[in-house]
Amino acid sequence: TIVQQSTVVKFAPHSIFYSSTMSILQYNGGAVIAMAGDNCVGICSDLRLGVQAQTVAMDFEKVFPVTEKLYIGLTGLASDVLSVNQLLNFKTKLYKLRENREIKPEAFSAMLSSLLYEKRFGPWFTEPVVAGLGEDGKPFLSGLDLI
Amino acid sequence: MDSVFGLVGDGFAIIAADASAARSILVFKHDEDKIMELDSHKLLVSAGTPADCATFNEYIQRNLKLYELNNDVSLGTHGAAHFIRGELATALRKGPYQANLLLAGHDAQTGVALYQMDYMAALSKVNFGAHGYAAAFILSVFDRDWVKGMNVEQSLDVVRKCIHELKTRFLISQPVFIL
Repeated sequence: TIVQQSTVVKFAPHSIFYSSTMSILQYNGGAVIAMAGDNCVGICSDLRLGVQAQTVAMDFEKVFPVTEKLYIGLTGLASDVLSVNQLLNFKTKLYKLRENREIKPEAFSAMLSSLLYEKRFGPWFTEPVVAGLGEDGKPFLSGLDLI
Repeated sequence: MDSVFGLVGDGFAIIAADASAARSILVFKHDEDKIMELDSHKLLVSAGTPADCATFNEYIQRNLKLYELNNDVSLGTHGAAHFIRGELATALRKGPYQANLLLAGHDAQTGVALYQMDYMAALSKVNFGAHGYAAAFILSVFDRDWVKGMNVEQSLDVVRKCIHELKTRFLISQPVFIL
């Protein structure tokens, strides 16, 4: 499922100390924000990796480059953040080998949507944000939910 | 129930695990070695369901060797950590291993490294880490006392503090630790 907006925020708040996990998407915690400007986009994430209330690391980046002009931010379950990023890397490289050009943001977003829906009944627990520049530097943003 | 922790010093890493093997209210033995030597420069320790931990440790040890034989590449710590993560991640949606891991290793290019992984394959490189209930006690000791580049004496002091903390404040008695 793709939603296109001018500003996209994905936020998974940390659970309270003594409550059990509310949602698997909030188990590791994390937030990604992307914004479009005048022929530019920005995307950022927090660096925390936690296990519910306990912080494990403060250098866990959640934004990854896809191409020079395309970035993806992945929130949700840390394991799936890493797994989906590896999958996307693989698919993007294969795309480049076959098509002999870099993937466009629209196509990447569609590929990601399809990747997520493929697991409709056993999903990747991650809600991505795509930020990139299309041809002639036109900003592109999209946010997806886990399916 | 297992207490497992580790830290990185100046050119070395220390991993400690409690040595109690217990089920419910009964302790079987106090000399269970939970630390697996993957090769001459890597150690893997896991905490969680004892069956999964033991099986997974052995599985990794054998398959790491097989990977190196098949692909003619001697894996460094980084490579081994990501290989293990891949195995855990693949198993996650088939039949997850309930094993939380600490991997410590040394290689020529990057020196010493400590990796912490939970049973859902969330991997991160850390300076110190702990799993299980013990983490609640030990991480605060590390936060206060760990500094970069400690020598062996200082590190062992910190480890002693951690064990003391557990003996004082942790409900479950774990008299023996293996480092």
